[in-house]
Amino acid sequence: MFHIKGADFGKAGCVSLEIKDILHDLGVDLSIVRRAAIAAYEAEMNVVMYADKGEMILRLNPDIIRITIEDMGPGIKDIELAMQEGYSTATDQMREMGFGAGMGLPNIKKNADLFKLKSRVGQGTSYDIVFHLNPKEQT
Amino acid sequence: MTLREVADLLNAEVISGKDYLDEDLEFAGASDLMSDVLAFGRPGIILLTGLSNTQSVRTADIIEARAIVYVRGRKPSQEGIELAEKSRMPILSTEFLMYKACGLLYGRGLRAIGDL
Repeated sequence: MFHIKGADFGKAGCVSLEIKDILHDLGVDLSIVRRAAIAAYEAEMNVVMYADKGEMILRLNPDIIRITIEDMGPGIKDIELAMQEGYSTATDQMREMGFGAGMGLPNIKKNADLFKLKSRVGQGTSYDIVFHLNPKEQT
Repeated sequence: MTLREVADLLNAEVISGKDYLDEDLEFAGASDLMSDVLAFGRPGIILLTGLSNTQSVRTADIIEARAIVYVRGRKPSQEGIELAEKSRMPILSTEFLMYKACGLLYGRGLRAIGDL
């Protein structure tokens, strides 16, 4: 389990890079490592940008990688709208950091094999991101 | 095209990664928006950007970029340099603006992501 601190832009991305290193060291297929790292990074940035804090958990078994994130943040009012490319509620500070273009959630969906997003306004948001380690066996 | 040739062409300062200057590069992409880099970047890309914060180094590392070229004289902080060295990410800095840097590299045959 990894802890993510809201608004800590100096450390933003550290958890995802650590996850990337773990998966790499475990010998996971490089294309899957890359997709998992990108999805984790997008989610981590969302926690840093919007929430007070969050936790990211990495689980592996022989078939899947599962990355779950739970944050304590404002929540998302309209998930369908938030999933649309280009929709963003980012502040100027977030944009100055190079983020907040409304690409994060769609990019998680694009990279993941399964992506479930749940949110309650005023409570927080949870991400469930899954990658199949044996894609050919899933078809 | 090697990173050494990129550095010569852009009259760039090599800030980190002097040991990797002879690696071959195939293509490049440019953006100041890390959201776009994450969405459209490819492994092995040379990333041109004017955003020189630590997030640019972490983003380049995440997408497995081959190198970063900071345009308009931008340079990373010491923390950014240390991050780059840890991840073996060469960093160059050129005084050229984005358009000129991209044009020079494209003109010398360094392809765009969309060309692949």
